[in-house]
Amino acid sequence: MAEYQRPTNEQELTQHFEQLKPYMNPTMAYYESSRCLFCYDAPCVKACPTGIDIPLFIRQINTQNVEGAASTIYSSNYFGNICGKVCPTEVLCEGACVYNHQDVKPIEIGRLQSFATSSVINNQKQLLHPAPANGKKVAVIGAGPSGIACACELRAHGYDVDIFEAKDHPSGLALYGCAPYKVTNQDVLDEVAWLQQQFSFQIHYGQAIQTQEQWRNLESTYDAIFLGTGLGKTRALNIPGENLENCFGATEFIEQVKLNPLTAKVGKKVVVIGGGNTAMDAASESARLGAEEVTLAYRRSKAGMGAYEFEYELAKGVGVKGVFNAAPVAILGNQRVEGIRLVKTQESEGKVEVIPGSEFEIGCDVVILATGQSKMTELFSQIQGLQVDGQGRIVVNPATRQTAHSKYFAGGDAVNGGAEVVNAAAEGKAAGKGIHEFLLFN
Amino acid sequence: MPSLSANLAGIKSPNPFWLASAPPTNSGYQIMKAFDAGWGGAVWKTLGVPVINVSSRYGSVNYRSNRMVGFNNIELITDRPLADNLREIEEVKKYFPNHAVIASLMVETKEEWQQIVKDVENAGADGIELNFGCPHGMCERGMGSAVGQEPSILQMITSWVKEVAKIPVIVKLTPNITDITEPAEAAARGGADAISLINTIQSLVGVDLDRFVAYPIVDGKSTNGGYCGPAVKPIALNMVKNCAQHSGVNIPISGIGGIENWRDATEYLLLGASNVQVCTAVMHYGFGIIREMTSGLESYMREKGFERLDDFIGKALPNIKTWENLNLHYDVKAHIDPAKCIQCQLCYTACEDGAHQAIGLPVEGRIPYIIEENCVGCNLCSLVCPVENCITMVRKDDGSQSENWKDFVAAGKAPDSFNDQRAGGLGHWVPEPASALERKK
Repeated sequence: MAEYQRPTNEQELTQHFEQLKPYMNPTMAYYESSRCLFCYDAPCVKACPTGIDIPLFIRQINTQNVEGAASTIYSSNYFGNICGKVCPTEVLCEGACVYNHQDVKPIEIGRLQSFATSSVINNQKQLLHPAPANGKKVAVIGAGPSGIACACELRAHGYDVDIFEAKDHPSGLALYGCAPYKVTNQDVLDEVAWLQQQFSFQIHYGQAIQTQEQWRNLESTYDAIFLGTGLGKTRALNIPGENLENCFGATEFIEQVKLNPLTAKVGKKVVVIGGGNTAMDAASESARLGAEEVTLAYRRSKAGMGAYEFEYELAKGVGVKGVFNAAPVAILGNQRVEGIRLVKTQESEGKVEVIPGSEFEIGCDVVILATGQSKMTELFSQIQGLQVDGQGRIVVNPATRQTAHSKYFAGGDAVNGGAEVVNAAAEGKAAGKGIHEFLLFN
Repeated sequence: MPSLSANLAGIKSPNPFWLASAPPTNSGYQIMKAFDAGWGGAVWKTLGVPVINVSSRYGSVNYRSNRMVGFNNIELITDRPLADNLREIEEVKKYFPNHAVIASLMVETKEEWQQIVKDVENAGADGIELNFGCPHGMCERGMGSAVGQEPSILQMITSWVKEVAKIPVIVKLTPNITDITEPAEAAARGGADAISLINTIQSLVGVDLDRFVAYPIVDGKSTNGGYCGPAVKPIALNMVKNCAQHSGVNIPISGIGGIENWRDATEYLLLGASNVQVCTAVMHYGFGIIREMTSGLESYMREKGFERLDDFIGKALPNIKTWENLNLHYDVKAHIDPAKCIQCQLCYTACEDGAHQAIGLPVEGRIPYIIEENCVGCNLCSLVCPVENCITMVRKDDGSQSENWKDFVAAGKAPDSFNDQRAGGLGHWVPEPASALERKK
């Protein structure tokens, strides 16, 4: 029997998705903050994509100046609370903590960060303020982490900001994509609601920008436009059987898990194709939702996986089995998925080669493809002068985030091809600054 | 097997660990429990005319996650009738004839002093401690530290007690004075058999930032207390050393102040204390800490080959001199072990901002390096370094030369004018002031 049964109510769901980094209570935060050495030129700060002054906010927590700690965090990262929970801190700030050199447990920076930020969110503290209106307007496309970070930064400089969001909720993949055992939907929505209360920007939901006319309208109405459109649907593998019922993309599966966890389609025997962090999440979530057998199939070796080591460990911890050097050939079944045919591979000089005649099949009722998301190429082609690289990513000036079309700025997955919430938050904020500097001198 | 048995001016106890006169010795019940746990002696909570105490009596200094590194109290002497205490002293002595029971006393008139001395002797006390140290409350009534701060009065009361006492008399000193050896000498002149120190230090332990009043708070108001706990140990050690080295004192010392383990206690003994008294650590952790103290001291003695306490009491005293006797040619420089360095760079910023700009940072990597020509051997980096033995101080002189300040003066090598070219720091490299601002770039 698998460790997890299919959860039937909210309570069971909460148990299955028990938070990996639960909130600290004040005593825990006090003890943990006491351990910080207050390093000079601290490596944790350098490891943070948003450059939060970590030793300072930890010292502020230690002196019971929690509001000051939250100010320090939010002055660098508008998604301080979510990032404290979903950041891969093991490879960022906590991975850089000097205690690692001593084989001492690094400071739990992520949890301390969420401790401070959740305190101001829960207490509805007014910490951040928009500047007086400067008469200029900016449109932000996409209410994901980069878009909202950009909007906050612009409001802090006095711009009028309208956010256009195709979906019904804010936060993009922070809501639709982050593993539910890392952060709850409530946490995600609360932080955005708090930010909205701090800065009073508008989010227009259900407003996909799809036509050239819409873009032209935006261009004439707004002084600048930020593109935080993220990525598209899961890329097709172009193998037979991909369109069978119960074969779906990881992004789409995770979105269902996030929105409707009790009714999301979860197989009994699940095969997840891919070796990235999204594959690990899809596999873990299947297992926690009661799948009896979850197999992770990756075409390269274990060492070649894009996923962080701890993400694979996490998946293994809930019973996920890894199958390596196995590439999908066909998804089997008549109407629905009944199995998958894979072929063994070997790697030579970094290239994956199929071993002829080594095909094998795994019976399963669900196949999840975690093989990357497509780019919004078609969308971008509607904007004249916008430059996109060979992999479909918008080209920007890395410092100002300005695109080849001077009115457009961009950040997040649409530019970096798919990274962490913290990267999107950093890029959105940088774009807000870039837009301000651009409009200030034009 | 080394012997821990102790002897302070004829008062014998199975080990040198006594409970100081304080809340843990408020009753016979507590003292019996302590003796049963392994304590060697106890100084009874000060007897006198019973007081009325306030509610809310203690305050604490916490350092980061460590609680009670400093502690203060505004409690007075015993609030229990003398007869009850005397009866309990008698009972304790019946159960524990070989343990030391000392009666701490604080009264006003000569008649009172002489009467209460007789009372406690009749109850079976092994010694008397005169409380001339309490720096809060009682001093406002002319007792406690008010006496300890006036050597002539201290001497007079001591002699009153000595006129009648048949058991050894210890005078407990207050540290709230400029030179501790003055009251110590007065105690010796008054005939005291021993001194004990330190009593608590007058203190405000902290201020409530919301209520604008110091701790502990009594109905919105506060008053100064007496400070003790681990934080006061360095002050107490120095005072014990001063008394132990002073030829005019020359009576045994009972060391008190911030002792919570065998190491603390051993430090007092090495500085000349014949035994030690403990309070705050017991108020924090209970009587059980005695097991660690006795076993630790025993192991130390075994390791060093000491058979009895007298083998090492005062052993550090000959090595503690006035500054002018220190060798000015002794030269140590910091050394960083790169294999142990965890790259926190605390040594760098400490030396850069707090010392002599003698640590540099590499262009690549994070392991700091010592700029030997700037290093004055101050130890700061080795003290801030969170890794044991990562930064060590390495001797650089060959040990062949030894000249101290007195020698320098005698040889005409000591600077004696403001711009003297013999200034010790003259050759040291110091960055130009304005270069401090360039670092910002």
